[in-house]
Amino acid sequence: MNSVTEKIVPVGTLLIGIVIGWYVLAVFMNAPFQRDMDRRANVAPGTIEFLQSTLSQAKPIVPAPHQVAQNVFENTFLRKVTSNRSLVYHAAVTLSSTLLGFTFGTILGVLIAVGIVHVAALDRSLMPWIIASQTIPILAIAPMIIVVLAAINITGLLPKALISTYLSFFPVAVGMVKGLRSPDLMLLDLMHTYNASPSQVFWKLRVPASVPFLFASMKVAIAASLVGAIVGELPTGAVAGIGAKLLSASYFSNTIDMWAALVAGSIVAMLLVGLVGLASNIVEHAMGARPT
Amino acid sequence: MSIQSLSWQSWVVLLLALIAMLTLPFTIDSAGFSAAQTALVLALLIGAAIGDGLRLPVVSKAVLFFLAAHIAAWLLIAGIAGQEGSGRASFFCAIAAAWLLAWRCVSLLSSVRSRSRLTGALLRILIPTIFGAWILILWEAVVRGAGVPFILLPPPAAVGQRLMNSLPVLGADVRQTILKSVLIGYAIGCGAGFVTAILADRVAFLRKGLLPIGNMVSALPIIGVAPIMVMWFGFDWPSKAAVVVVMTFFPMLVNTVAGLAAASHMERDLMRTYASGYWQTLWKLRLPAAAPFIFNALKINSTLALIGAIVAEFFGTPVVGMGFRISTEVGRMNIDMVWAEIAVAAVAGSVFYGVIALIERATTFWHPSIRGG
Repeated sequence: MNSVTEKIVPVGTLLIGIVIGWYVLAVFMNAPFQRDMDRRANVAPGTIEFLQSTLSQAKPIVPAPHQVAQNVFENTFLRKVTSNRSLVYHAAVTLSSTLLGFTFGTILGVLIAVGIVHVAALDRSLMPWIIASQTIPILAIAPMIIVVLAAINITGLLPKALISTYLSFFPVAVGMVKGLRSPDLMLLDLMHTYNASPSQVFWKLRVPASVPFLFASMKVAIAASLVGAIVGELPTGAVAGIGAKLLSASYFSNTIDMWAALVAGSIVAMLLVGLVGLASNIVEHAMGARPT
Repeated sequence: MSIQSLSWQSWVVLLLALIAMLTLPFTIDSAGFSAAQTALVLALLIGAAIGDGLRLPVVSKAVLFFLAAHIAAWLLIAGIAGQEGSGRASFFCAIAAAWLLAWRCVSLLSSVRSRSRLTGALLRILIPTIFGAWILILWEAVVRGAGVPFILLPPPAAVGQRLMNSLPVLGADVRQTILKSVLIGYAIGCGAGFVTAILADRVAFLRKGLLPIGNMVSALPIIGVAPIMVMWFGFDWPSKAAVVVVMTFFPMLVNTVAGLAAASHMERDLMRTYASGYWQTLWKLRLPAAAPFIFNALKINSTLALIGAIVAEFFGTPVVGMGFRISTEVGRMNIDMVWAEIAVAAVAGSVFYGVIALIERATTFWHPSIRGG
């Protein structure tokens, strides 16, 4: 109980500080435009009225937290799920390509890791390129993948999922290589004295030892997948998804919508990472790990 | 010379060469390859595969495979040039066989255990280089042999030519995106993260509050702030630098705070017995101990910074910059220009990363992770 309050109090204080700072920033940034509007309308509002109107502009430079919260609430709960303005609809579109790409990426990453651990030639030739592939700003080719695949009539979920795959396979591959190699010489020797075959060493020692590594990298990978899916939606002409919502809101300077889309993306990210964390707890508990 | 059994790669090479021989010619109208060229390619493939059975030193065998694979591949690509799309099954079998020879060469080289450090380093460079070169060779051969439309996937040679022809444009893009947005944003973001981490380390309350928030934020799609920054700071490079600042701040913060906790109690107690103050302890013990963590953040951020700057340019930019070029040239179907830009971005990203890795090696030479490797 004590540890909980020890955590909640500082985090809560900081979050409240951030919200207050946000309000101050909103007033500060929106004030010039509001003053201009008042001058044109020939009104001289009192301080409180002035503050109220800076925080309730239709297209403010910095929307106030309550405006964003209201927008998120309206577009999440009060609209039909099938509506084009519903955040649930856009989040679902992004989520589907994220999950598809994440699944591909995890499978690919695990396969690559198994190959690297077992084939010396792959280890020496592929590993440097896997690392090099991540120094490439790969999101930059997202528009090309989308447009080129659209040219051969592959549209919809798959191109976006491919970008997510590319972003998510790396953490999984690196983490799994580390995990599969984590059993030390003692354990390998023990398997040797049991006269275990290579496949037995793999399934009974290396795979169980790599599980914590797999989940740690899956947490990173799923966040990367989401970023890939969002960026993948930008060049499709803003049809559907959180990225598309961001782009169309930025075209029309709909700042509140823009922030709402960002909040929606963040909520999805937290849910996904939380789910992976939950799965990791359940699996590790089932495997007999000590709860930490 | 005695005989030893062939590796599986050599058997497959023989099989593929046989299929290639039975399904000759390489191309539909057989204009690209003279009989002598065709015979030479097949002779190289079969000769190298049979040579695998001789008991030669590993290195000379590797050289044999290296030469055979690359001469064969070069002959095949040179022959197909000018008549794209006319490759037949025979052509692809021959290319696949050449690739397997290169694979055999790589696996021979990886089995070399050399005692001298120089050869070790040379091998560490050579093996991935062969692998990378073969990606390009296969790409070139398949695109030309199968006649993949230029709009889908231009061959690497065309990309290279385009790159050479448009150096001024690419140079201007690099100056705009990398020298202005990325470097400035990176310096500000990493610096701010570092200073905040020191502050958070001083004030325990701040640390307890900031760390969970920082961990949470690093999982969020921060790239989404790009349109907001473009709105606040305008189309030119400051908005891109701002995105980079936001993206690089939290990894730096979280890693530095973790690094500052790395020095053990024993060492800190030792510093106390020396009567050193907070700043002396920080400067002489805790920052050096945190260096590996800080460099880790710097490395992560080098990639993030490039991604941030390029993606932010998709949301609006003056008519120069790598992200701008990529998105407009995609629209104009100049895919070779896009690939040239990607190649430049890849080189820039790798150089950026490499420079930081070199600085790390130079400054944290004492750390076990560097010393041991």
